[in-house]
Formats: sequence, C-alpha cells, structure tokens
Amino acid sequence: MSTFDWVTQLLYVAAAVCFVLGLHLMNSPASARRGNQVSTAGMALAIATTFALVVHAGTVTATGWIVMIAGVLVGAGAGLYSARTVQMTAMPQLVSLFNAVGGGAAALVAINDYVKLAGASAGVPEATTITTILDVLIGAVTFSGSIIAAGKLQGLINGAPVTFPGSRAVNVAAAVVGVGGGVYMIATPSVPVMIIIILAALTFGVTMVMPIGGADMPVVISLLNAFTGTAVAMAGFVIGNWALIIAGALVGASGSILTKLMADAMNRSLRNIMIGGFGTGDSAPAVAGPTGDVRSVAADDAAIQLAYAQKVIIVPGYGLAAAQAQHQVAELAALLEERGAEVSYAIHPVAGRMPGHMNVLLAEANVPYPQLKEMDEINPEFPRADVALVIGANDVTNPAARRPGTAISGMPILDVDQAKSIIVIKRSMGHGYAGIDNELYVNPKTSMLFADAKTALTDLIASVKTLVG
Amino acid sequence: MSTALLTDITIFVLALLVGFEVISKVPATLHTPLMSAANSIHGIVLAGAMLIAVTANDALGYTLAFVAAAFAAMNVVGGYVVTGRMLRMFRRSRTPVPAAEPPAAVNGQGRGGQA
Repeated sequence: MSTFDWVTQLLYVAAAVCFVLGLHLMNSPASARRGNQVSTAGMALAIATTFALVVHAGTVTATGWIVMIAGVLVGAGAGLYSARTVQMTAMPQLVSLFNAVGGGAAALVAINDYVKLAGASAGVPEATTITTILDVLIGAVTFSGSIIAAGKLQGLINGAPVTFPGSRAVNVAAAVVGVGGGVYMIATPSVPVMIIIILAALTFGVTMVMPIGGADMPVVISLLNAFTGTAVAMAGFVIGNWALIIAGALVGASGSILTKLMADAMNRSLRNIMIGGFGTGDSAPAVAGPTGDVRSVAADDAAIQLAYAQKVIIVPGYGLAAAQAQHQVAELAALLEERGAEVSYAIHPVAGRMPGHMNVLLAEANVPYPQLKEMDEINPEFPRADVALVIGANDVTNPAARRPGTAISGMPILDVDQAKSIIVIKRSMGHGYAGIDNELYVNPKTSMLFADAKTALTDLIASVKTLVG
Repeated sequence: MSTALLTDITIFVLALLVGFEVISKVPATLHTPLMSAANSIHGIVLAGAMLIAVTANDALGYTLAFVAAAFAAMNVVGGYVVTGRMLRMFRRSRTPVPAAEPPAAVNGQGRGGQA
C-alpha cells in the first residue's frame, strides 16, 4: 500500500468514527443536534477523501468530470429543496424517497463495476459476483419498493392494500427469477442475465409493497431503510470500500431495530404484515359501535373538567395529524399549564406513519420534549391523571388488547382506562384499523366529545378561556 | 475466497454489532430523526458513485456515473438538512411566543405552517 492509500483509508475510518459518534449522541434530544453535526462532518470528510482519490487516479476524462459534477449538483439541489420545503406530516414520504435513491445508487455502483469486469479479459471473481448480485437485488427492490411506499403515503397511489388476481404469483415468480438468475450468474458471468434480475427485483419491490396498507407503513419504511443500508454495505464489498461497508452496516442495524420495534408495537409478525391485505389505514369506516352506555359530552363541560384537573395526559394518534390539529393541542396544553396543571403526552410507538413521527409533529408545534413520554414511561402515570384526553388514537387505547381472543390481543397499549376520567375526541364511533369496538368508549369514566379534532380543540380552548379565564 | 473479502466481512459484522449497541439506546422520541440520520449516513454511497467516474469512458459509464451521483447526492444532502431541521424543533422548554424569536421562528413556521 502506498502512503496515499494509507492516508485515504485512515480518513475513511475517521469518517466512520464520526458516524458512530453521531448516532451515539442521538441518545438524548439535548445532544442530538450535535450528533447530526458530527455525522455531517464525517460525511464531508469521506466525500473530500473520495474526491482526492478520484483526482489521484488521474484517469477521469473531461466528460467524466462534467457528468460527475453535474450529477452531484442536480442531486444536491433536489435534496436541499425537498428537505427545506417538506411538511413534517410528509416526512415519511421524504424518508422513503431518500431510501429509494440511496438503494438505487448502490445498485448502480455494482452494475457499473460488473459491466467493467465482465468486459475485461480476467473475468469476474466469484466473491465479487455474489456481492454484486446481492447489491443489485436488494438495491433494486428497495428502489421500486420505496417509490411505491412514498406514492402510497403521498396519496398518489391507493393507500389501501392493492391486490389483483395473480399478484402473489407475480411476486413469487419475480423472486424465483431474481434468485435463479443470480445463481446462474455465479456459474456463468453474463450482463444480459444481470439485466433480467434487475427487472425481476424491480417487479418484486412493486408487488411487495402494493398489498401493504397505510397503517403498516411504519414497518415498511423501517424495513426498506434496513434494505438500503444492506445494499450500500454490499456496494462497499463490491468496490472494496470500508466506509461504505461500515455506514451500510450501521443503517442496516438501525433499520432492523426499528422494524422489530414497530412490528412488536402493532402486535404483528413481519410475515403477517408483508403478506398484507389487512391494514386499511386512515379510512375508518363508520360502523355502528357498541350500543351500550356511551356518554357524550359538550365542549363546555369537557373544558371545565380539563381546567380544574391537576394532571392531564394527552394521548395523540395519527387522527390528530390528519386533522392538522397539532398546534391547537399545543395551545390547549399551554393554557392548562398556565392554570397550574401538569401536562404530558403519551406517545404510542406507532402513533404516526413512521417510527417516532408523532414526536416530531408535536415538537414542531412547540411542545417541549420533556413532556413527550414513551409508552413504558407514561403507563405507570395514568392512575394519577385526573383527565386523559384521547385525540385521534383508537386501537392503541383499547383495553381489549389485555384479554385473549380479540384481534388486538397482546398488542402493547397505553393504559388510558386507568386514568380518573377520560375524554375522547372523535368524529364518530368508527373503528380503528383493527376493525373492532373500543371498550374504552363504554367505560363509565369516559366521555365522548364527538367532533373533528381541530374544531373540538378550538372549542375547548375558547371554553377554557371564557368559562374559567 | 480472498483475505480482502474476509476482512470486509469482519468489518461488516463488527459494524453491525456496534450499530445495534448504539442505536438501541436512542429514545423512541427521536426515532424519526434517527431514521433520517441513518438515511443520510447511507448517502455515503456518493463515494461509490463518484468512483464510477474514474473508469467511465463510454456512454453507459457516463450515464451510470451521472444518475448514481445525482441519486446519492440527493440522499446525502437532503438527509442531513432535513435531520437538522427536525432536531432544531426539539426544545427543552416552550419558546415564549412565536413573535419573541424573530427571524428563525418566522422561517421555521413559514415552512411548516402552510398546511
């Protein structure tokens, strides 16, 4: 190894150290910003090192420089624009899009390498073929799958599970062609076969995500994130670059952990979610609920109850974000705090369309992060709460999950029913995506405030101000 | 199988373990910024995309170099910017009133507020 190789490799290691430190600093909201800066510095170092490598190689043609720089500028511009203009509610789509381009780029790196090697007289080493195939397959699946996921989240593609006769067969066929073609390539290097497996992998990505419903998106995004990481690591194997291997492995680990957490929080196995056809998501049909003792309450009465409470726990669900009422809920909370109440938010892991989504939406609405409590942290506090205010959350508050034999049995839930009194803001008695009655609503301690989340919260704020000013 | 491959596999496995260890300590509150941060880290594929240009000398090579560079640059720049934007929103205490924090707050809300 020349001195130059030594220095560049060590700089890549330094960049990797920055990535690990950056992720480590994300263990608290207080240090997370610094974490992102450290990680950014590591990335700048890695890119600068690569630039030096490219210059050092000295083989780049004038056209090569132009396409490379033009590509970087176009991509950076698009990335900067989308990152600065995106709505926080649209964050899952953007993350999906970045997964797609990351996976796509990783696949292209391997494709390029393979085409060069296949054209050379020395042929393609077996180890390179295997990692190339893995990179191309995973990268292409991530690319098309993430684009479909982003389309579903953005509402461009039907968010409900989409299946057509034979879609499962197409899915299986694509998998067989992809893997079969890959095995063939190990024995006989062939560029045409690689094109076939790329097409098969792209098809597989589409047929994999189409049947998955909107409510299952947190799992799908996490899984695709893990895929992208793995694809990038494989690209690192192909071109022999440690920085790519380490960074890809870190992302793979992160995506896998989040996938597991999300699947557990929904009480579904990954297999069950991927087979799909269950989570219809946002469009809760207005099925008649339990005819039992549902107690309806007016905004004025609910406001008085809230105004005199010492401890209020707000339980937000995706319905809150769908109604764009984050700012109203934060305003109500601030008002109650001024009156001396202790307010906190109980955040279920799947409240939102990606892991942790609800926290970002509330942080944007100026809710201080110490008030954002995780499920395990807040559950013991419910018995001390005078009022639990449920807004747009359904299945995750259903005590039926504690009994065996229901659709959500075993799902971790927020212990809302332990609060001294409960106010539920909801438009109708409609079901959550699990499609079952919520036993919380017939609890004698529960009052239902039937209204749109935004309207209800605006009314509550006005009532608190006028009635108890 | 070469020594180089063995080294690569060793690095991959160890990095995976470090990843599990570090990331399992991130609180659920920060899971969205975490995923976005992980997203920007896999933007390192830009390094691979830039290296395509080293050997590119025909139309196919140039096309691959351009598309890969554009994809990866979008990933890395967008990822870091959006993660930073999200993390700036996480505050320990409520900022008094939006008007009390002139330029930054106006910017932040202008972008986020247009429903």
